[in-house]
Amino acid sequence: MATHSLEHDLNQGDAWSGAKEPFKASYGKLMMWYFLLSDAFSFAGLLIAYGTLRFSVPSWPVPDFVFSTLPGGIHHAPLIFVTIMTFVLILSSVTMVRAVQEGHYNNKKGVIFWMLMTIIGGLGFLGCQAWEWTNLIATEHMTISTNPFGSHIEDGTYNVDEHGHPYAAGAVKESFTKGSSYIIHKVDDNWIQRSYTTASGETKVQQFGPKAFGGIFFFVTGFHGFHVFSGVAFLTIILLNVMSGLYEKRGNHYEMVEKIGLYWHFVDLVWVFVFLAFYLL
Amino acid sequence: MSAIANHPETHEDILIREQGFDDHFHDHHHGDKFQSNFITKYIFSQDHKMISKQFLITGMLWAIIGAGMSIIFRLQLGFPEESLLWLKPLLGKWITVNSEGVGKLAPEFYYALVTMHGTIIVFFVLTAGLSGTFSNLLIPLQIGARDMASGFLNMLSYWFFFLSSIVMFYSMFLSTGPFSGGWTAYPPLSALPQASDGSKTGMTLWLVSLTFFVVSVLLGGINYITTVLNLRTKGMTMWRMPLTIWAFFVTAILGLLSFPVLVSGFFLLMFDRGMGTSFYLSEIYVNGKALENVGGSPILYQHLFWFLGHPEVYIIILPAMGLVSEVLSVHTRKPIFGYKAMVFSILAIGFLSFIVWAHHMFMSGVNPFLSNFFVIFTLIIAVPSAVKVFNWIATIYGGNLRLNSPSLFAIGFVSLFISGGLTGIFLGNSAIDIQMHDTYFVVAHFHIVMGVAAFFGMFAGVYHWFPKLYGRFMNDTLGKIHFWGTLIGAYAIFWPMHYIGMAGVPRRYYSYDNFETFNHFAKINQFITIAACVVFLLQILFVVNFFYSIWKGKVVTERNPWESSTLEWTTPIEHIHGNWPGNIPTVHRWPYDYAKDGKDYICQVEPLGVGEEDSGSH
Repeated sequence: MATHSLEHDLNQGDAWSGAKEPFKASYGKLMMWYFLLSDAFSFAGLLIAYGTLRFSVPSWPVPDFVFSTLPGGIHHAPLIFVTIMTFVLILSSVTMVRAVQEGHYNNKKGVIFWMLMTIIGGLGFLGCQAWEWTNLIATEHMTISTNPFGSHIEDGTYNVDEHGHPYAAGAVKESFTKGSSYIIHKVDDNWIQRSYTTASGETKVQQFGPKAFGGIFFFVTGFHGFHVFSGVAFLTIILLNVMSGLYEKRGNHYEMVEKIGLYWHFVDLVWVFVFLAFYLL
Repeated sequence: MSAIANHPETHEDILIREQGFDDHFHDHHHGDKFQSNFITKYIFSQDHKMISKQFLITGMLWAIIGAGMSIIFRLQLGFPEESLLWLKPLLGKWITVNSEGVGKLAPEFYYALVTMHGTIIVFFVLTAGLSGTFSNLLIPLQIGARDMASGFLNMLSYWFFFLSSIVMFYSMFLSTGPFSGGWTAYPPLSALPQASDGSKTGMTLWLVSLTFFVVSVLLGGINYITTVLNLRTKGMTMWRMPLTIWAFFVTAILGLLSFPVLVSGFFLLMFDRGMGTSFYLSEIYVNGKALENVGGSPILYQHLFWFLGHPEVYIIILPAMGLVSEVLSVHTRKPIFGYKAMVFSILAIGFLSFIVWAHHMFMSGVNPFLSNFFVIFTLIIAVPSAVKVFNWIATIYGGNLRLNSPSLFAIGFVSLFISGGLTGIFLGNSAIDIQMHDTYFVVAHFHIVMGVAAFFGMFAGVYHWFPKLYGRFMNDTLGKIHFWGTLIGAYAIFWPMHYIGMAGVPRRYYSYDNFETFNHFAKINQFITIAACVVFLLQILFVVNFFYSIWKGKVVTERNPWESSTLEWTTPIEHIHGNWPGNIPTVHRWPYDYAKDGKDYICQVEPLGVGEEDSGSH
């Protein structure tokens, strides 16, 4: 009688019947997935905060204008540098896929090579970000609490040149249209807010752009950069474990490499959204 | 194994030995090294049963502190003329003495006490103390697992909670006092250190503490979810899980998705405090001078906070609901009424809890159109909640009720949940909220529905599973005194608050001296304070009973003292690593086979008879 029921139970055995892994994933991999799910909510909260702050002000700096510098003093190259950065990061995702694949083949050398490539890609991205931040902070004087990037709200003509000096006699005065971008320069710790005359004859001074821009940009890209940094640290630890033969002994096809791979792809995916929000929209 | 040999083999033991699932756990003693000495057994334990006790006792200590704080501020509120000089040895400079020698609670410390009371009870007691204790104890035992998926992360989960506790405790001894801007920590009070004394280091430590706390919740939650999905024993389908497990499972999902958003909000707040950003600050004047911060939005913080804050109340109440369902079924000797309806209502409540958060913000200046949306979903939550209430009542109806401490507390929970839930229907309407918001009506509502009710669920759980935790019973007579006193006392505290709330008396006020209209509530306030003191003393009685029973309580001699059909009672009374000495059980039926086919109860390991259908399958 009892045997009959047991067989009955066993025959019912679908993936959810217990003593099985319903998603065919080990507990460690599941944990990584759930962690990533929760982390996705952290980033979602931040991006929603970004949207809230952005749409609570009438104008927002134009990314094509703000992010247009390349190393070596090249200007007016909108979004070129961040494109390179993004390409490096996505490439590192490809190398990560290769590392995981080599793990499935139990090819230790292949795992080591492609993980190394991934670490280099991660470091490359971090290096790019370091340069971008340095340029923004040191050269263009955008900080977490100051934003010199503004947009004109009306047509007008400048009364002074971009160094703040009155125009020389006979010089053509620079004029601008509504919606065009400007940056307020800083010379010897003094902000040069150029005065201008509007079409209706009023005299005004350039204003700083929305304060939230600098804060939320550095916060979110920094938060993402910290994730990349942690990823590089974990990749390095796991690479050392691979080299020591630890995972070979476990005989589970380098599952740890697969788990950190999940994290790495997630960080890349998040960058796509950060990139979209801060550089494209 | 030797400890087990002292007991005769039970019917269930034989079933598990002959038909159980052999996972080869005991072939290699990989787990035993974790329990080899005092430190690994009692302190840095990776065993879910020990971690459960750690959460419970830490939670109890916090409960005493948190409740004690409420007594102190209630004394000031109820008896503003009396001297509190006798508290000076405890509170020091926070008792100010006037020229006539009358000691009073310093107003800023009154706010600090209110803030800490909320923070401690909501997070440390009713989240960590409740979910941490019972998810840890019951998930592996009731699904037939050897332990949590990751014992190590489980241990870290407790120690992050401990670290968070230490930081919060330390903040109470700062010369500027702990944070005092309310447990919701709205900016600008929380964002500007110059706003008040409590907003200085106290607020910094509050943020640090709660960030550690979230790490603890996430580590725990990831473990609970994974364990429920991957480690169910053979035959334990999702539809054969006890309602406790369903509740803990959904609770963990809620925590996993909502706490990270809170952390995002906290990080932004930290930057506003320390880095000069303006995420939450705009156009603020301090001493007549405008601050540099512009462009931020304090409403943004409220959205991020309540995106956690509302699921949080279900993180608190769902485990209590699960415990109550289980306790009621066992002690009425009846299957739970509407098992699947119960599961679907847990899922519905879990889902809805994410789309109602702005009902905490009707009066914060959010768009009234937006409010309509939140009103509707808030009121819809009443549906699954009512389904659960009717199912509990239907479970009790016609039951062969054992009126002992656990079942009394479970019934008390149902009573409180109804009373508190009904006032939620008032508050969920944005129009009525114009009058009610920030009054004692709100205080009465949430204390009954998620404060006292959750405590009742927890008490039901502690009395019921105490034999599993410590191998002894708690004293039932003291338990009944505890129950009746607390039930009557809790209503005595919170029922009158509805009236003074409807009259418009605002919450969080130190004194009503400047409001003539509220003078005639002085006597009600005194009555509430006296009731609160009595209830507090009764909780001390519970604590005494708890610790007395750990060492001196009546010893459990039978493995299954409540004649319950779930798996945790098939394990030996003595805690062993891996929970079952040999095989783990194979499950053949749902967990609520009570009064079936002329039998009082049938354990889940009992195979189905010929032609017998699993009662849970339809």
